Amino acid sequence: MRSKSPPCLSEERRDKDGAPAFQLAARNVAYTVSKLTDYSAGALERASAELFSALGEEASAVKNEADWKVFRDRWMARKNGVLTQVNELWLKAAPREAKREVGQVVNRVKEQVEQKIKGAKDWLDAPSLEIMHPGYTVSAEELEKYRFEKIGSVDITLPGIRRPIGAEHPVVKTTNEMVRVFQKLGYSVAEGPVVETDYYNFESLNFPPNHPARDTQDTLFIAGQQAKPQRERLLLRTHTSPVQIRTMEKMRPPLRIVIPGTVHRNDPPDASHSPMFHQIEGLAVDSNITFGDLKGTLDHAMKEFFGSSVKTSFRPSFFPFTEPSAEMYVSCFICGGSGRRGSDPCRPCKQTGWIEILGCGMVDPNVFEFVKDNGYDPRKVSGFAFGMGADRIALLKYGVDDIQLFFQGDVRFLRQWA
Amino acid sequence: MKISPQWVREFVQLSVDDRRLAEDLTGVGIGVEGISGSGADAVFEMEIGTNRPDAMNHYGVAREAAAIYDLPLKELSGLRLPASGVAGAKAQSSVKGVYAAPKRRSSTGHGRAGKKTSAPKAASSRTSHGTTEVVPFPGVASSGVVSSKSSEREIFPITVEEPELCPRFSARVIRGTTIKPSPEKIAHRLKLLDQRPISNAVDATNYVLWEMGKPTHVFDMDLLEGGRLVIRHAKNGEKLKTLDGVERTLSSDDLVVADAKKAVGLAGVMGGYDTMITDKTKNIVIESAWWDPGTVRKMSRRHGIHTDASHRFERGADFESTVLSCDLVAALILESGGGELSGGAIDAVSRQMDQAPIVLRLSEVHRILGGNLSTGEIFRILKKLGFGLIPEGQADAQIRVQIPSWRLDVEREIDVIEEIARLHGYDKFENSLPAYSGAVVDLPHAAMDATLRERALALGYNEAVSLTFISHAAAETFSSGAGVLELENPLSEEASVMRTSLAPGMLDMLAWNLNRDAEDVRLFEMGRVYEMRDGERVEPARACLGATLAAVKNGLPMGGVLDVSKGEHAAAAEVFRLFKGDLETLLAAFAYRELSFDRQTAEYFHPGRSARALMDGAVVAQFGQLAEEVKAERKLRQDVFLAEIDLDVLRGQGLRQVRFAPLGKYPAVERDFSFVFSDDVEFEAMRRAVMGLGISELREFKPVEIFRGGSIGAGKYSILVRARLQSDEATLRDEQIAACAEKIVGALKGMGGSQRA
Repeated sequence: MRSKSPPCLSEERRDKDGAPAFQLAARNVAYTVSKLTDYSAGALERASAELFSALGEEASAVKNEADWKVFRDRWMARKNGVLTQVNELWLKAAPREAKREVGQVVNRVKEQVEQKIKGAKDWLDAPSLEIMHPGYTVSAEELEKYRFEKIGSVDITLPGIRRPIGAEHPVVKTTNEMVRVFQKLGYSVAEGPVVETDYYNFESLNFPPNHPARDTQDTLFIAGQQAKPQRERLLLRTHTSPVQIRTMEKMRPPLRIVIPGTVHRNDPPDASHSPMFHQIEGLAVDSNITFGDLKGTLDHAMKEFFGSSVKTSFRPSFFPFTEPSAEMYVSCFICGGSGRRGSDPCRPCKQTGWIEILGCGMVDPNVFEFVKDNGYDPRKVSGFAFGMGADRIALLKYGVDDIQLFFQGDVRFLRQWA
Repeated sequence: MKISPQWVREFVQLSVDDRRLAEDLTGVGIGVEGISGSGADAVFEMEIGTNRPDAMNHYGVAREAAAIYDLPLKELSGLRLPASGVAGAKAQSSVKGVYAAPKRRSSTGHGRAGKKTSAPKAASSRTSHGTTEVVPFPGVASSGVVSSKSSEREIFPITVEEPELCPRFSARVIRGTTIKPSPEKIAHRLKLLDQRPISNAVDATNYVLWEMGKPTHVFDMDLLEGGRLVIRHAKNGEKLKTLDGVERTLSSDDLVVADAKKAVGLAGVMGGYDTMITDKTKNIVIESAWWDPGTVRKMSRRHGIHTDASHRFERGADFESTVLSCDLVAALILESGGGELSGGAIDAVSRQMDQAPIVLRLSEVHRILGGNLSTGEIFRILKKLGFGLIPEGQADAQIRVQIPSWRLDVEREIDVIEEIARLHGYDKFENSLPAYSGAVVDLPHAAMDATLRERALALGYNEAVSLTFISHAAAETFSSGAGVLELENPLSEEASVMRTSLAPGMLDMLAWNLNRDAEDVRLFEMGRVYEMRDGERVEPARACLGATLAAVKNGLPMGGVLDVSKGEHAAAAEVFRLFKGDLETLLAAFAYRELSFDRQTAEYFHPGRSARALMDGAVVAQFGQLAEEVKAERKLRQDVFLAEIDLDVLRGQGLRQVRFAPLGKYPAVERDFSFVFSDDVEFEAMRRAVMGLGISELREFKPVEIFRGGSIGAGKYSILVRARLQSDEATLRDEQIAACAEKIVGALKGMGGSQRA
C-alpha cells in the first residue's frame, strides 16, 4: 500500500505544500551572494541561513529535468555559479584570521548545495514513493501533492470520453446468436421472400384451402389478387416456413437449414403483439431423422443459447405441416425454474418455471409430397422442423416489457445495447 | 374454452387432484392454461388445438384422462328416456351408450370395414337405439333429395335437398313441455363455463354441447310453418333474422334449415329468431345434424358470426353422435319441463362418414419416433383412445387401426403415430443428435451484409428495425417509380402499403427521438423494400443511414475543418462532408474502380445538399440533407440527414480484396497551392484535371482549406490544395518537384483559377 514517504521530501518541501511550479523568475528578488563585511560567527550564520533558505526554496520548485538543470547550473556552474561566488566573495575575500572559520562555513554550504541538487534529481528520477521510502507513512495530502507535482497525474475517476459505437438491435443480435448456434450444428442459412404466394405459405405446408388452421394465422393479404388462382395469390408470409418448401425445391436431401426472417400477421400492435415480427425457422431432413433427434437437437441448441443449466420439455401441439407436433418449453432462465424470484413471483414464466420458446415437429409426409420429385420421398426420408419468435426470445432474454419498443428506433432504448 | 374438472370426474374415476390432472392433460396436448376457483367450482382454462374438436367438451377431456391414467371411461348413457311416457313410441325405451369408446358397428357388416367414403353411399336410416339399418330412402329421387322415411315422417317430416352438405340430420320431437328456468345443477355448470342460462330447453342444448361436444338446436315446433323442415340452399336475397336479433340477407351460397315457407336457421351457425323457444313454447323440435365443415366455415365468415356451434362444425363434428345428442337434449328437457316424446328418433342419413381403417406399421412408428416403444404400450394407448386394432401380417408388424367417429383429424398412419407419441409422453423419448453428411454453406451476401453492418455500428449508427408498412402518402413521396404492393386488409391507412423505401420509416424514427428530446441520433437499418416490376414482385435489399444535424455535427472532423469561412453556408458544407464521409467509409469496404457523385437525387432531398453516389457507374446510394418541405411536413425539429444505399448493387460489387502495396522507400514531399476559383468550379473538376496530368509521382491531391468572403470577391472562393509527390525510384530533386508543381498550376489555371501569391 502507499504509505511511504521520500527522505527528499524535506521539511522545506513539505512546508511549501501546494506551491506552484518552478518559479525562479517569479521570485521577487532572486538570491544573490552578498559580500561579507563582518566575519563574525553570527554574521556567517545569518549569511549562510539566507543562502540555505534560498537553496531550499529553489530546490523545491524543481518540477522537471529542465528546471533541475537550470537549478544545478545556477548553483554549481564554475563560471559565476553561486558556489563560485561564495568562494570568491566569502572565502577569498576573507581576512586571513577568519579564513579557517569561513572555510568551514563554505564547505558546509558546498555540501548542502550538492546534497540539494542530488536530492532534487533523485526526486525527479524516483520511480515511486514506495521504493524510495520504506517505513515512512505518507499522508493523503502528501500523496496527492506527489501525484500532481511529480508525475503530472490526472483525476482518473472522471468519466471517459467514449467514441460512440452504434448499438446492435436486440432482435437482430438475438437472431444472429441463435442462427450461429445452428450453424455450428451444420445448418446453412436460407431465406425467402416476405411477400409470398398462398401456395408456399399455406397449401404446400398442408393448410388446405378453407381450412380453419388458416384462421389462426391472421393473414395480411396483398390487394388485387382475386383474379388469380388461389395458390398464386400474394400475401405477407405469416411464418418463415414457406422457405422450407422453397429450399427443398432447390436442394436435395440431406438438408439442414436455418431460416431467419420477417413475418407479418394481422395483429393490432400492443405490448406483446406486433403486425411485423421475426422468426427463426429450422429444418433437418435426412434418411434417419427421428423425434428423438428433434428433441436432442433443440435441447442442445437451447443449452448453447441460454446456458447449459436450462432444461427442455416438449408438449403436444398442432401445426398442419408437422406431425407429431410439439411446443418446446425451456426451464425459466430468469428464476431457474423455481417460479419465484426471492419472495416475488417470477413473471416471465408466470410462476410455472417454464417458458414456451418454440413450436416444432416431425415434417408431415404431406409436405414432403410437394417436393417428392426432388428426393423427398416421405417413405425414404424423414425430418423435423422448428420455428421460434426472435422478438419474443429477445423480450424474455432482456426483460423488455413492450414489443413496440423494438420498432420505434428510440435511441434511449437502443443505446442500452451499446 | 373452459372445462369443469368436477364434470370431467363424472365420466372417469380420477384419483389425481385438479392440478395434477391439468398438468397431465397439458402433457398430452390437451392444454390447461390456468386453473381458477377450487373444489366443485374449479375451472380449467383450456387451449385446445383446432384439430381436436373432439376434446372441446367434458366427455372428450374425460376420454383423454382415461387414456392417460388407464382408467375405464363411463359410457355416455346416463340418460334413460321414459319408455312409458312416449307417445307413439315403438321400441326406443332407452338410448344406449352409443358414445362409449370404442364404438363398433361391425355387426352390421358395413361401416368401418368399408373403404373411406367420399361420395354418398346408399341413403340410410337408423333406428334410435343405435343399430344401423341401411335402407334406400323413399324420398331419394334422381335429384338427390333425401327425405326421412315414412315411419319418421309421421313424427316430423324432414327433407334434405343438399345431402352432400348435410349427410345426416337427426331430430326429436317433444310435446307438451313447459319452458322455465333450468334446474340449479344445469344453470350452475353453465355459469361456471361463462355461459348464460336462458331456459331449460335452450340450456339443454348448451349443456349437451359442453358435455359431449355436439351442437344441437331447438325450434318451437308450432312456429314452423307447414310442419316440416327442409335443408336447402337459401334463395338470393332471402331474409333471416338470427338469434342474435340481426336481420341477415342470404345468398344462394348459404345453407339453411327452413320450414315450408322460410329459413329458420343458418345451418350449423345460428338458429332463427322467429322460431326460437319462448315462454309460450309447448312443442319442440330438437335438431342435431352433421354439416359440411367448409360450408359452415364459409357461412360463418360471410356473415361474421362465430359461434360455439360453427367452431365445432367447421372443425368436424362427430358424425355418430347426432341421435345421441338429440336424446341427451330431450332427456334434459323432459326432466325439467315435463312433456313427452313424440315418436322415436328421426335420423336422415344420406351417406356414411366411416373412415377406412389405417394400416399402421410398427417399423414406421420406430422410424419416425425412434426410441423404445413396446408393442404393448402402442396397443394400450390406441385402445384407450377408442381406436380399434386388428393385428395383421407376421408378428404384429402391421396393424389395421379403426378410427373412432369423433376423430376426424386422424386420417393417416402418421396421425396414429402422433397419438402414440402424445400419450406415451414426449419427454419420455430419449434425446439424440443426428449425424450429418452435408456441407454448411453461407448465403453469398452474408459476409458483405455483416461487414456493412459492422462498419455502420463502428461509425456510431445504432441499428434500428422499423415497421414494413407505410401510408399511401409516404409511398407517393418516397416512390422509386416502381409499382407498390397494397394490402387488402391493412391494419390502418397509415400502414396500408408495403414500404418502397427505408426512408419514411427512418424519418419516423428520427422524429420519434426528436419529439422526446433525444437530439443526438444516429440510426441505420438494413432491410428489404417491396415493389412490383414488370408485374413481378421484387424485394430489393436496402440499407439506410439517418442522423440528426446535432449528431452529424458531433462527429469528430478527423481531418479538421476545411471551409474556414464564417457563416451558415460553410457550416452546411462541413456537415455535408461529415455525413458523406460516413457513407464513404461504408462503401470503402466494397470493391470498385470508381466512386463518383452527382446531384441527381429524389425530391425529398435538399436540392443543394444531397448527392447520388455511383459505383462503377451503378447508382449505389443517394444521401444528404432532407428537403425543407419534407422536414416541415413531418414537423421535424431539426435538420436530418438520410443515406439510402442499394445493398443489391453492393452485393454485386463484392467486398474489397486487399492486395499489398509496397511501402514507399523514398520521402514524400507536399506542395500547397492557393487559388481563387469561381463558385461554379467544383473540386472534383480540379481533381480530375490534375490527376489527368499523368504525373506518376502524384500520390494524392486534396483540398486543405476553403474560404469565401473577405478579400475574395462575390461568386468566388479561395482554395488551398495540397499535392503529395513521391517516387518509387529515388528521392525527388527540387527541379523535379518544381516541374510537377508547374504542371499542376498550369492545369488549375487552365480551369480558370487564379493563383494567389
